[in-house]
Amino acid sequence: MNEANLLRRKAIELRKNLVQMIFDAKSGHTGGSLSSLDILTVLYYAILRVDTADPAWPDRDRFVLSKGHSVEGYYNILADKGFFPREELKSFCKFKTRLIGHPNVKVPGVEMNTGALGHGLSAATGMALAGKMDGKDYRTFVLMGDGELAEGSVWEGAMAAANYGLDNLTAIIDRNRLQISGDTEKVMRLENLKGKWAEFGWANVETDGHDLAQLLETFRHLPLEKGKPSMIIANTIKGKDISFMENVAKWHHGVPSEAQLSQAFAELDKLTMEVSE
Amino acid sequence: MSAARSCRESFTSTLLELARKDPRIVALTSDARGSVSLGDYATALPAQFVEVGIAEQNEVGIAAGLASCGKIAFVCAPACFLCARSLEQIKVDVAYSGMNVKIVGVSGGVSYGALGTSHHSLHDIAVFRAIHGISVFLPCDARQTRKMTEWLAANVGGAYMRMGRAAVPDVYESDDAPFVPGKANTLKVGNDLAIIATGEMVRHALDAALGLEKQGIHARVLDMHTLKPFDEEAVIVAARETGLVVTVEEHSVNGGLGAAVAQVVVQNHPVPMRILGIPDEAVVAGNSAELFAYYGLDAPGITVAVMTALGAKNRVRP
Repeated sequence: MNEANLLRRKAIELRKNLVQMIFDAKSGHTGGSLSSLDILTVLYYAILRVDTADPAWPDRDRFVLSKGHSVEGYYNILADKGFFPREELKSFCKFKTRLIGHPNVKVPGVEMNTGALGHGLSAATGMALAGKMDGKDYRTFVLMGDGELAEGSVWEGAMAAANYGLDNLTAIIDRNRLQISGDTEKVMRLENLKGKWAEFGWANVETDGHDLAQLLETFRHLPLEKGKPSMIIANTIKGKDISFMENVAKWHHGVPSEAQLSQAFAELDKLTMEVSE
Repeated sequence: MSAARSCRESFTSTLLELARKDPRIVALTSDARGSVSLGDYATALPAQFVEVGIAEQNEVGIAAGLASCGKIAFVCAPACFLCARSLEQIKVDVAYSGMNVKIVGVSGGVSYGALGTSHHSLHDIAVFRAIHGISVFLPCDARQTRKMTEWLAANVGGAYMRMGRAAVPDVYESDDAPFVPGKANTLKVGNDLAIIATGEMVRHALDAALGLEKQGIHARVLDMHTLKPFDEEAVIVAARETGLVVTVEEHSVNGGLGAAVAQVVVQNHPVPMRILGIPDEAVVAGNSAELFAYYGLDAPGITVAVMTALGAKNRVRP
């Protein structure tokens, strides 16, 4: 099986785990976790240089989940990679857990507490700047939501990263076109996104955020341009791979019923079979 | 009286000395190198200096990212913008994330008195007291600023330090004066009442107490340089031993030093109190000295408040 198909199978397994986790906790950000999952899968299983035995390794690549609400896929991946025991996932959002509903540094592997939108790019810019100051070769990645881009601080960070020529920084936008109130273009128009980032001095590329081969190819050819930060606009589908969740705004933080969970599992199992064939 | 020196210049000269020895120190500013007096630092150590332009939110976020990679980040800008514009970044990226970032607010309080409320920071103590994960310091003179800066650089954790713009007379006569975070300094002993002040107000409180002494009133004076962690013990002892506590701060009377002291007093040893600060009203225009006089925060104003409070205390406890 080729690398992209192996990642595809992993991503489907992770989708099952995260939907189960949301069902168990009766809480979660379902749609955005599913839309961003393939990006996270490629990053953590093929791209990021991290050491689960030494999460604070100074030369590790950094990853910041700026859209912190999409934490379910992230926690599942960190546990699956071995940053903390998988068993702990059952404590998600439970009394006194460290696996709260947004990433926080008490969880091994997490670099920065997020949850308030529009913060991650600045923090990642600081990490990339520190790398340049110290002459280190680690890279910094930050994943943002598209609705998040209405926060003005994002554009402060965009300006600074380009100003400092941080080609060790890559930002990814999970461009699923839906935010909590509906269509991003109706809530607050974002387009022309590519043009905006280009004008801000970023090298940028648009990709299919669910095409694992394309994502691999893109992430393996960074920076997109020497001397500039890289922006990957990943076109995605909110609720990806679960038919009744796809492109439905209310699944932003919808919790499946038992019947819906069964249906989701059946659909995901079918997708796994298709990959095997 | 010693010569007047500005705290911000003491801060930047100290930071420059420390940064020359420790490459982990990075100073960030948001087009405020002039306001902060960071010009010499920027020239001397360009590799340890980050200019972010007029963007305080980004300034704090970048500082947190730098700190997460081992840097000791000093965010330097006017207090009014840091404690409002970038408050969420301070709350989430610094305090909540536990990053080693020092928020240094210059020209705090009503330093920019005539420029209007946009330029005042009369709520900073209140908001930072209510955010877990950040210490709060207000130095009263250049010497103490130096000690605080050295301590901030040497100790890991999020912190806010607020200082004024103008040169202020020294409170401490010696470089050996103690600075222990969370431990108030007793500047004058006395058991008739206690005056507890912070930041620039300490000098005025001490001057008022020295004047009162000539009238036979023995006031204790505490320099409450640390607002968090808070020296509850010094407050309890002062309340118990003097029976009257007057607080003085260049801050709203809501949520600042007076509120912190009252919180301790009422729960441990209730005694009469007077809270001197800026009332909840539209602040009039003027320079610092004019505003301190207008709001009764200079030595004459504090003296009047003390005399009134003493009269009330003596009626209650003859």
